[in-house]
Amino acid sequence: MSKAILYDATLCIDCKQCEAACAKQNNLPYDDKVAAEEVQSAHKFTVVLNKNDKYMRRLCMHCDEPACVSVCPVGALQKTALGPVTYDAHKCMGCRYCMAACPFGQPKYEWGSLNPKIQKCIMCPDRVAAGLPTACAEACPTGATKFGDRDALIQEARDRIRQNPNNYLPHIYGIEEVGGTSTLLLSSVAFEQFGLPSPKSLPSDPLPMYTYRVLSRIPDFVPLGGIFLGGVWWITHRREEVAAAEGAENDAKHNGGAR
Amino acid sequence: MKIKLTFWRVVFVVIMILGAWGTVVRFTQGLGAATNLSDQFPWGIWIGFDVLCGVMLAAGGFTLTAAVYILNIKRWHAIVRPTVLTAFLGYVLVCVALMFDLGRPYNIWHPLIMRNPHSVMFEVAYCVMLYTTVLALEFSQIVLEKFKLEKPLKFIRGALIPLVIVGVILSTLHQSSLGTLYLIMPTKLHPFWYSPLLPVFFFLSAIAVGLAMTIFESSISSKVFHRQLELPILQELGRVLYIVLWVYFVLRLEDLINRGEMHSIFVPGYEMYFFWLEIVLALIAPMILLSIRSIRNSPGGLYLSAVLVVLGFITNRLNVSITGIESWSGLHYVPKWTEYSITAAIIAVGFALFGLAVKYLPIFPEEKEHGTVAAHESATAPASVFVANAGN
Ligand code: SF4
Ligand code: SF4
Repeated sequence: MSKAILYDATLCIDCKQCEAACAKQNNLPYDDKVAAEEVQSAHKFTVVLNKNDKYMRRLCMHCDEPACVSVCPVGALQKTALGPVTYDAHKCMGCRYCMAACPFGQPKYEWGSLNPKIQKCIMCPDRVAAGLPTACAEACPTGATKFGDRDALIQEARDRIRQNPNNYLPHIYGIEEVGGTSTLLLSSVAFEQFGLPSPKSLPSDPLPMYTYRVLSRIPDFVPLGGIFLGGVWWITHRREEVAAAEGAENDAKHNGGAR
Repeated sequence: MKIKLTFWRVVFVVIMILGAWGTVVRFTQGLGAATNLSDQFPWGIWIGFDVLCGVMLAAGGFTLTAAVYILNIKRWHAIVRPTVLTAFLGYVLVCVALMFDLGRPYNIWHPLIMRNPHSVMFEVAYCVMLYTTVLALEFSQIVLEKFKLEKPLKFIRGALIPLVIVGVILSTLHQSSLGTLYLIMPTKLHPFWYSPLLPVFFFLSAIAVGLAMTIFESSISSKVFHRQLELPILQELGRVLYIVLWVYFVLRLEDLINRGEMHSIFVPGYEMYFFWLEIVLALIAPMILLSIRSIRNSPGGLYLSAVLVVLGFITNRLNVSITGIESWSGLHYVPKWTEYSITAAIIAVGFALFGLAVKYLPIFPEEKEHGTVAAHESATAPASVFVANAGN
């Protein structure tokens, strides 16, 4: 059963406990300076944003069919059955296609390093595999960040919207967006304000399908292309042979094609 | 040996020094110091120009070998060798450029053993690797000929048709796949350029640029190496180019209409200017020129049209990879001097290698005595060689 993180902005108090717990979990430095940074980066996987006292947490969405995973040529990024999208630095060659492809701009890069890694929230895969909640969910004092089964969390989010329709936008961000994600967001104000792509702008088809439609033709194309080209060659050179045999200009030495 | 100081040699040396400096910055301080790339803008001109344009400019290799060996258009044989040389150098240099752009270049071989067949990048990596090998084999003919190694030569010649066929298939795949790379970004790439037809557009424009580059190169090298211009061949190439441009133009127009973009291409804005720059350079101007018979048949007219097509599609690749992404990322990407200097150095190396190859190898075999003299001259003018190569 796949897991998910539900973040409910209306319960958030901007205490940044999740940020601190995330840094600790991933062995990243965390102090007042880092806490004040309002952007995600290679050393800050999650950030709580504040726009006029409305909050939003940004983190990897852990898409069900992630663009980043599908584009990585060496399979350094993987979607695990439980939900987390993980990263193996030993495989990575640093092409940054994952960064270019992610619709949420989540993978970040160690630009200053000579051995740079992709960095992003990986949803504490070890904890999740051990049946524990993610570090951020465990640290959250209000339940704004909650970890659990995805289906159950979706149900809970629906209930919250139904019980308090005035508190929420009637939209659970992450059910449909790019085919569904393991991070679910609730908010009272437009998600776009916080740099998230507007739900309308995101297709409900998983993004990898856009490339798959083309890539899946290659296995047919190669043999057909070969036969076609071979056939054209045969026809164009056959004429010549015939001509040669008929004693017209003897061009047979060109048959191999090379001079 | 006394080395004469010429203007172009000085330029060459300056470019190489700046390139070397940039290289030091890149490999001692990392991509952050060597580029203006950022988390919002992870791909810059090393991908947009060095790789996308590099591969496109080297497309003459497969276009011409297909025409000569598969379609059996023997008249064009005289220009196959310089074109294959250009393509080979182009691909080698694309790989060199990748070593700069990859954050972990020492892992460049990883796709060999770590495979993700769902990744377009993976497919491109394989095609480019295999096609560079094919080009190396096609090119090896010329080297083997020079050193009179009859046995391997016979072998290569025997294998030439299969090699050409494999080369054409691989090229079709990766030329179009460079467009497919961007299909995963429907929300990021500006609608002027995002289209499900991107792979088709990339492929068709590669053919157009392959033809244009061949015209361009032949015109230039006829001057630089004092050879006779193969005008009748170039006129034919020009006609084919004209047709390819029409096909591309109609498809592009149809695509814009289907996606409901016809209105927005007339609304002034940043993307709109670059869009029109591309369309005028790559399509409108050369198509007008090529439609007039006297221009189409004149060396100058052909040359001008070819240059426009090349510049136009370079603009197209940069639009897809840079202009079209800027508004999503919310910033203007302007490359750092190191990004330019390394790109320039890679191009300069390409021209120098082209000059050396022409000097020492039978690239233009049909005019041997003449060629040696001319080639010698070329060595004193890397710049002219500069212009003679594929832009890579
Ligand atoms: S949000 Fe981006 S990085 Fe995270 S799983 Fe989805 S595509 Fe990958
Ligand atoms: S940068 Fe690394 S993780 Fe990202 S797509 Fe490239 S190889 Fe995969």
